[in-house]
Order: sequence, then structure tokens, then C-alpha cells
Amino acid sequence: MYTNTSRSLVMGAVILLNMGAVGVAQQFKGNSIVIEQPWVRATPGGAKVAGGYMTITNTGSEPDRLIGGVLPQAGRFGVHEMKMNGNVMQMREVEGLEIKPGQKIELSPSGYHVMFTELREPLKQGDTLKGQLRFEKAGAVDIEYQVEGVGAQGPRQRSVENPHQHSADAPHQHSH
Amino acid sequence: MRKIGQNAVWIGATLVALILVAATLFGWSYRSDDSRLPKRAEIGGPFSLVDHHGKPATDRDYLGKPTLVFFGFTHCPNVCPTTLFELSNQLEELGPDADRLNVLFITVDPERDTPQQLALYLSSFDPRITGLTGAPENILAAENAYHVYAKKVPLEDGGYTMDHTATVAVMNSKGQYVDAMHYQAPAAITRAKLHRLLGLGNS
Repeated sequence: MYTNTSRSLVMGAVILLNMGAVGVAQQFKGNSIVIEQPWVRATPGGAKVAGGYMTITNTGSEPDRLIGGVLPQAGRFGVHEMKMNGNVMQMREVEGLEIKPGQKIELSPSGYHVMFTELREPLKQGDTLKGQLRFEKAGAVDIEYQVEGVGAQGPRQRSVENPHQHSADAPHQHSH
Repeated sequence: MRKIGQNAVWIGATLVALILVAATLFGWSYRSDDSRLPKRAEIGGPFSLVDHHGKPATDRDYLGKPTLVFFGFTHCPNVCPTTLFELSNQLEELGPDADRLNVLFITVDPERDTPQQLALYLSSFDPRITGLTGAPENILAAENAYHVYAKKVPLEDGGYTMDHTATVAVMNSKGQYVDAMHYQAPAAITRAKLHRLLGLGNS
């Protein structure tokens, strides 16, 4: 279905070069904010939305607030909360997300997360997407999302070049 | 004065007691009336929609095989793709046995989910999943038939998302509701339900 195969091949090569033989949990820092293992799901054909997931830790002594961000592939970026109300899935846009001093917040499919809408292209499993988050105090933080499978429930440790790398700090890989 | 006061208390107490007795009797009779109503409304019913190939499709087209019915939409970042992905895995595991099953993905967002959009979306999942859309009033009728809640929620940018029931209804080959598959139920439970539905024993 996808038309930009060549582009994804190029992207794949770039990922291979960037990854090298190192496979540690991906961590990004901006002042007191530490962001770990940002990931998204690959999008089904024609999909125009995707959620972004990660953990955010505030290592500082002041509260901070996630107020926005950018993903070049998406026309818009928002912070959303997903809730199950009985059997009904509810999605709400929220006015930013506060992270208290010392707090570690998990952005996940079943809670708070960032939302990309008006996607201009499909997100493909195996790709790495450069993006940015904006915080009230920490400012802009550059991050990279790993694109997981359409049905993934969590991020996965890559072992592109060195299959024997240890991944003790990797979260459990979801399998079906 | 004191005597009259006491009488008033007694009259008051008697009235309260009478009201309580009456309320109990009324409540009892109300409940017994209630029990004469049908035990529960039937889930499922007629619908008249269009499939993702653009062909008209009604509930009657899916009689003769058990049918899984899931309502969602393609601008759905989480529940819909993961549910369709998990259903695809189940169908793949079932192999040819899954041909004895209908799987329907009915949109709650007919405004954006045209047959073409559904076809594009479903190309990422098991080809035995059928997408259905239609005129808003026909979608609403299908939602009501399946007791599905769906509501448009505006987003700040002028777009919208949808709240919706995330349960998969399991219908038998006569179109009667027999079971539900709940969001994020363990795959083993879904597998057992599908095996029972298809008469595949306890394997």
C-alpha cells in the first residue's frame, strides 16, 4: 500500500548507522527533564492519527509542565488522556501535563499521552522519528521515537547489529 | 397541650408507618411489573450499510456464520488498531477455520470513513475483516441495535475524535447475541471464545 518504500529504505540505513552496536534504553535530556524510550505505533493504511508514549521524569526541584511539541510528520500535536469508562473508550484533550519535582510520569496508550493528528505520511515499524517536546520551564527537548508494530503494547529494545547485546533494562517485549 | 402534642406525635408516626408500608407495597408491585418485561433488550438487529468494497450490506448477508461485530473508526489511535490487530492474530491462528466466521468493523465516524478509507485502513489487517459504513442515520441505527455508545468530541484544533464502546459483540449464525469480547481481554480468553463459537472443542 505504501508508496515511499525507497524513503523507508534510506531511513532504515540511517537508523542502522545511528544505532551502531549500542542498544541502551533511549534517553533524552533537557534541563531537569529526562525522557525515556519514546515510541509510537506503526499506523494502519490511511490512518491520520497516532499516539506518542514515553516516560518523563522531573529531576529538578520545581514543577514543570509539558505544554506541546512537534512531530514533522504530523500537522498537529496535542496532549490527550485516554480513559475507559466501563466499556466506553473516552479521549480528552488536556491543557498540558504537570510533572512535579521528582515525579516520573508514564505516557501510555491507556492514560496520558501525546497525540499526533493530520499525519502526512504513514509511520512505519522500525523507523526512528525525530520530534520535539516543549516544557514550560525546561523549554524544547529533542527526542526520537521508535516506531513499533501496529499492535505493540510497549517499546522494544532494538538489536539491529549486535543480537547478543544485553538489554536488562529493557521493558518486557509484548508478543502475540 | 402536652396531651395534644403526644397525639400529634402518634398521628405523625402512624402516617410515616403507613407511607412506608405503601411505598414498600408499591415498590414490590412495581418490581413485579418490571419482571414481566423482557429480561433484556436484544443486542443486534437489522442494519443497512455499505461494505468497504462499496457494496450494500445488511445484517442478513452475515447470517449463516457466527459474526464478530466491532464498532470503531479509522481516526482512532489506540483501541481500534490494537483490537483489529489482535483479531487479525486470532484469525491467522485459526487459519482456514476463520473462514467460517464473519468479522465486521462498523465505523462510528461515517463522515470521514468512506468505503475507500475503510479499505485502505483494513489493508493493514486480516483480509477477512469487513468494514462497514453508511449514511449517518443508518450508522446510528446500527449503533442502537448493538447498544453501542458513540459520541463526537471536539478537539481544540477544530477537528474531533470519538468516544465509543470498545466491546466486540459475538453473534451466533442466527444473528443472536451470545457473548462479548472486552477490550484488552487476554488473548487466551478470546481464543477460547472463538473455539467454542466455531465448535473447535477445548484445543
